[in-house]
Amino acid sequence: MATQKTVSATGNAVVADAMRQCKPDVMAAYPITPQTTIVEEFAGFVAKGRVHTEYVTVESEHSAMSACVGASAAGARVMTATSSQGLALMWEELHVASGMRLPIVMANANRALSAPINIHCDHGDAMGARDAGWVMLFAETAQEAYDNTIMATRIAENPAVLLPVMSCLDGFITTHSIDRVDVLDDESVAEFVGEYAPQNALLDIDQPVTHGAFAGLGGPFFEFKRAQRDAMERSREVISSVGAEYSELSGRPFGAVESWGMEDADVAIVVIGSTAGNVRHVARQLRAEGVKAGIVKVRVFRPFPYAELAAALSGVKAVAVLDRAESFGAEGGPLFLEVRSALYDAETRVPVAGYIYGLGGSDVRLELIERVYSDLSDIAAGTAQPGGFVYLGAR
Amino acid sequence: MAKWDISRIDEWKGDEFPLGACIPESGNSRDYVTGGWRSERPVRDDAKCTQCLICWIMCPDSAVVAAGEKVVDFKLDHCKGCGVCANECPADAITMVPEGCELPEVK
Amino acid sequence: MQQLTEIRWHARAGQGAVTAAKLVAETALELDQYMQAMPEYGPERMGAPIQAFTRISTIPIEIHNNIEHPDVVVVLDESLLSIVDVTRGLKEDGVVIVNTCSPAAAVRSRLGRTTGRVAAIDASGISLDKLKREMPNTPMIGALAKATGLFEVDAVCDHLTKTFGKKFTQEIIDANVASVRTAYEEVSIDG
Repeated sequence: MATQKTVSATGNAVVADAMRQCKPDVMAAYPITPQTTIVEEFAGFVAKGRVHTEYVTVESEHSAMSACVGASAAGARVMTATSSQGLALMWEELHVASGMRLPIVMANANRALSAPINIHCDHGDAMGARDAGWVMLFAETAQEAYDNTIMATRIAENPAVLLPVMSCLDGFITTHSIDRVDVLDDESVAEFVGEYAPQNALLDIDQPVTHGAFAGLGGPFFEFKRAQRDAMERSREVISSVGAEYSELSGRPFGAVESWGMEDADVAIVVIGSTAGNVRHVARQLRAEGVKAGIVKVRVFRPFPYAELAAALSGVKAVAVLDRAESFGAEGGPLFLEVRSALYDAETRVPVAGYIYGLGGSDVRLELIERVYSDLSDIAAGTAQPGGFVYLGAR
Repeated sequence: MAKWDISRIDEWKGDEFPLGACIPESGNSRDYVTGGWRSERPVRDDAKCTQCLICWIMCPDSAVVAAGEKVVDFKLDHCKGCGVCANECPADAITMVPEGCELPEVK
Repeated sequence: MQQLTEIRWHARAGQGAVTAAKLVAETALELDQYMQAMPEYGPERMGAPIQAFTRISTIPIEIHNNIEHPDVVVVLDESLLSIVDVTRGLKEDGVVIVNTCSPAAAVRSRLGRTTGRVAAIDASGISLDKLKREMPNTPMIGALAKATGLFEVDAVCDHLTKTFGKKFTQEIIDANVASVRTAYEEVSIDG
């Protein structure tokens, strides 16, 4: 295990620190609430000479990701951070980054998308980018946001993967709360992430290459997408081994899916992000009252851990999925759709109830979680059916 | 450096292509024969030509061949017949003439 | 001591409530406890009523929701009492600490509070005396230590010396430590 220091810091501060420890060659970023303090802190590290990164100030997120794509193609280790409207403005370059197989690491401070304008947490921004070909990690706490950033670097740059990774943390709840975090020493992180060995770097003048070529009708576009899918599939194994190695270094467990109380649970809630803590807190209380409550937290959303999730949920009598994002017109939120699909091949058909909660930072009160578990107990007992579309706690 | 062998490119599977649609060599546009796009070819009248080399500068496909600071020929395997050379020639020394059915340079 | 203590801070933007929430959290960390500190976010409006929050616990804190039922309420500006319901959701046996010249019993009747503990301290006066400017946040932490027994006054002073040492002169550090100690001694407690 590495030497660690316990600090009191916000999620954004420790994400910036993790990025400093990973020593990116280039950061190109544009500030946006609630991501701002990540890039502000990082710019401070550059100004003080604590990291030797080329920090590119740009005029928009569209340019930020464009600069990241260029720098990454040039052969640099590249990082950035964004949120909400900023991520939306990066939309076309997100696909360019993954299609060109550039291992860019980006922190995303989850925030609602306008309109109406709102600066608080939901996962609508990240879920809107879920088909962009990025590996997506989600953090429950500032600690996980720190850990995920370091693991993201290793996952992205693994030669079997070479895909960009988005590391998400909940806006304000995680980005701006001061929390207790254990941080690794600089040397251990440097050793863990290692040096980046780029392939086909534009700056390798001995081996000139072309990036961004055309692959039109009749050309191999389809084959390139297939190769991208294969890389995403291979990342499952890499995520799991990088996670195991990081656990050994840090002493903190990591799983694409992290379960609590699932050994004998009758009712289970599947959730992403900071709300997992609230759910676990309620589940503990219910356990004390004799309710066999469990929780499954999804820490890796892309590639989606179907097998792990199905295994974790085998044996439960009713499942609820909490989505902090909408997919208007779909049968449920993005996580609901994945979870129900993961359970389709299970031997017994478990009822799955979908809830949309916490949009635009709407508070996740503990009584709302209690209500979900209570609904689940009724469904498990056969006295109720999962039904309709539930906006948890909305007036 | 050895040429990038793409003779079986139409059979390649996704993982046989270079990563991320990268082309791992430079200067390979000379391998891409565009002479077949041509319906007219440039013909230069050596008597009128002042050897100003404007056609050599202007040709978008670098298909004007110069040697010893004089225009000597057109590379018809790359000339698309756009007529820029004829249009720019200050001495009216280049004429565009219709191609026949035979395009020996691109066969 | 109960496992989890939740504190809500009321102040006007610019009075240092966020710093106070943070200092208390950091002091708890130095005592090897778990903590969270979070401001209530919105547009920056100097002088507008704001809130900040601190959670302190002897075991890891899992919850991330808003604090609706605090154990302790700290009011950095007396004039807020007439425009903000500072005791909203405060637990029956909770503690409320107000920056005021009035004694605790008078504050209790003004708040109409029949249960729990009420504490009063002239934090503005102390900071004007020691720091020569109105910065009631650090003396309020001294009053908080006495009124709640959450931590020793020495723990606060040690942390303050350590953290302020990075940014401020010895004179300012000494004045802050003196404000904390004076507030700790002088706080008037009812109940």
